[in-house]
Amino acid sequence: MSALIAVVVRIAFLVRKELLALLKEPSSRVILFAPALVQSLLFGYGATYDLKHVPYAVLDQSRGAASTELLARLDGTGVFKRESTLGNAQQIAPAIDGGRVLLVLSIPADFESLLAAGQPAPLQMILDGRNSSTAGAAAADVGAIVAAFNQERSGAAAVSIERRAWFNPNLESRWNLMPALIAALSMMQTLLVAALSVAREREQGTFDQLLVTPLTPIEILIGKALPSMLVGLLQSTIILLIIRFWFQIPMNGSPWLLYLGLFSFTAAAVGIGLSISALSVNMQQAMLYTFLLIMPLMLLSGLLTPVRNMPEVLQIATYVNPLRFGMDLVRRVYLEGAGLRDVAIDFVPMLVLTAITLPLAAWLFRNRLT
Amino acid sequence: MIIDHGFWRRLRALLRKEVRQMLRERSNLAVGLLLPAVLILLFGYGLSFDVKDAPVAVVLEDSAPTARDVLAGLQGSRYLSPSWTTDMASAERQLRAGEVVAIVRVPPDFSRQLAAGQARLQLVLNGVDSNTASVVEGYVSGAIASWAAHRADRGGQAGAAAGSVQIVQRIWFNEAANSTWFLVPGLIALVMTLIGAFLTSLLIAREWERGTLEALFVTPVRPLELVLSKLAPYVVLGAIDLALCLLAARYLFEVPMRGSLAVIVLASLLYLTVSLALGLFISGATRNQFEASQMALLTSFLPAMMLSGFVFDLRNVPVAIQAISQVLPATHYMGLIKTLFLAGDNWPMIVRDCSILALYALALVAGARWTLRKRLP
Repeated sequence: MSALIAVVVRIAFLVRKELLALLKEPSSRVILFAPALVQSLLFGYGATYDLKHVPYAVLDQSRGAASTELLARLDGTGVFKRESTLGNAQQIAPAIDGGRVLLVLSIPADFESLLAAGQPAPLQMILDGRNSSTAGAAAADVGAIVAAFNQERSGAAAVSIERRAWFNPNLESRWNLMPALIAALSMMQTLLVAALSVAREREQGTFDQLLVTPLTPIEILIGKALPSMLVGLLQSTIILLIIRFWFQIPMNGSPWLLYLGLFSFTAAAVGIGLSISALSVNMQQAMLYTFLLIMPLMLLSGLLTPVRNMPEVLQIATYVNPLRFGMDLVRRVYLEGAGLRDVAIDFVPMLVLTAITLPLAAWLFRNRLT
Repeated sequence: MIIDHGFWRRLRALLRKEVRQMLRERSNLAVGLLLPAVLILLFGYGLSFDVKDAPVAVVLEDSAPTARDVLAGLQGSRYLSPSWTTDMASAERQLRAGEVVAIVRVPPDFSRQLAAGQARLQLVLNGVDSNTASVVEGYVSGAIASWAAHRADRGGQAGAAAGSVQIVQRIWFNEAANSTWFLVPGLIALVMTLIGAFLTSLLIAREWERGTLEALFVTPVRPLELVLSKLAPYVVLGAIDLALCLLAARYLFEVPMRGSLAVIVLASLLYLTVSLALGLFISGATRNQFEASQMALLTSFLPAMMLSGFVFDLRNVPVAIQAISQVLPATHYMGLIKTLFLAGDNWPMIVRDCSILALYALALVAGARWTLRKRLP
């Protein structure tokens, strides 16, 4: 029993020293906590796939009642904004090339008469494909407006679609992205903090001193891991609070489960960071390896594009990415209100990673003395 | 006078030291050369917005042939992969478990209602992945609209054919709406940003921490010479990376290169210089490796990924955020490189963005030089 207390006391000393090293400088405190605040606000507004403003131009050679009616419907959405009315087809290219408009609608002279004759009337739509996902979304919107227009004109039997989107009724992309950031944003800095922690001591030569203290490698490991995890969890909390109270995205799941998930996720991230740290001789190397890892971890996690769209091989590779599962877990608990049974599967890869990387780091502490 | 008698001699000496230091750190060099190749391969294949074979449950509660007919369009689509069932409860379970992304439900009285002129279908989506959900919604409504148009054309309805508007759609610059085409040029911008940030952001801070910079201060070396000698070797390294990226984009991902290669290379080298100089400036301003690395991560990579128009279209963003994104050099390079690849040489844009990048390069080199003026903290 007293041995256990001694262990805890030793670890507590190390944690205290680590926290001091991490937080004693005011500039370091700012750098660890201000970004989470600023970024979650910036990205909350800035990272969106939802069409809010589609500038378009019209080349209307028919000028009939039908084309006017159709354009009025487009303008009525509040999303499509008529930027200019073109006089001839030569003006289409400059309008799109310069990025002034996202799409041009070209209505032929015989549009009205074709419709009146009961024939199909072509409406040409030219889109700027430089961002194919915006172009696709705008095309789908125009398609829906035209389909409604056709249906009303013909008076034919209509099939209407009643849409119900679970967990995100208006299909706002912010609801999808922001909960993911709880895990993603905090991971980046946590990883770097952990990766630099041992590397800094190695560079300054104090790590050898640490090794000759009564602390065992496992105790050093815990003492190094806890402060980094604390930083990560605090950052996650800042982001969580902003999402919940500033952006007012309703949270459906249990906060306990959310934090249990975040704890395992942060542990896995710190495990990776400490392994990097134990491998590096100096801070430059630690930072290098971290940067090398961060981009794949971020981009191949389902943050920006779904994992389902990846080739099979890469999908398998994402099993070693804690962010994929941490993010999935946070999203599902936060938005879907998923319970432990629903997300239990997400814990497995994170725990396995932690169980491999933390002992690996401890082993490397000892066996990589240069 | 900046360039005086000993300028070139001192610069050469410093350059030799920096190049040796760069080459000595094998891991640094290996990562510097390998990273871009690995990243562009990984993401060129890994990132995609193109929904393909999205699993959708179709719950057919109406056994009439019309009901099946309405949704026949879903079957042939390469975007959706429908599974037919009659049990709504099991479909909901599948949706909850993430096995399907949407449910299309045909209610029992569907064909009767259709005969009466107004029928309803239910589409249940999992909104957590809102982007995929929107795309799936688009495909489902498109399939039904084309069924309706087909039916109207066959004159299945009473009354004369009313004529319908048909959209003839053309997507310029990216006819097949292939998301790889717009992501790969963006990835080049990200890679250039990342290289700049990690190669140079520790260079000056490290010398401060080790005290070697103070030793340099007592020599005749000038701040500008220090900056240039730390910049030049990495511009060369970055240029090799750029070449790898361009080759991969052109020959592996077959992204068309419609602008002239010379302009693409020129603009990319300008941006590379901006991003390396930003790293140096951060390094000199913080004088601390820990803070420098955190700052580099926060000011370069993250904004370049989220706010430069890489995937999130800046048109959809509030004005205040647009203003912030315009301050980022990455935004100007991102827009330019996408246009140069997909659309071609757009001279007003090239001149505008390249001069902005050049100004940034000059300002950041001047800034880095300022942080190295011979004064002790």
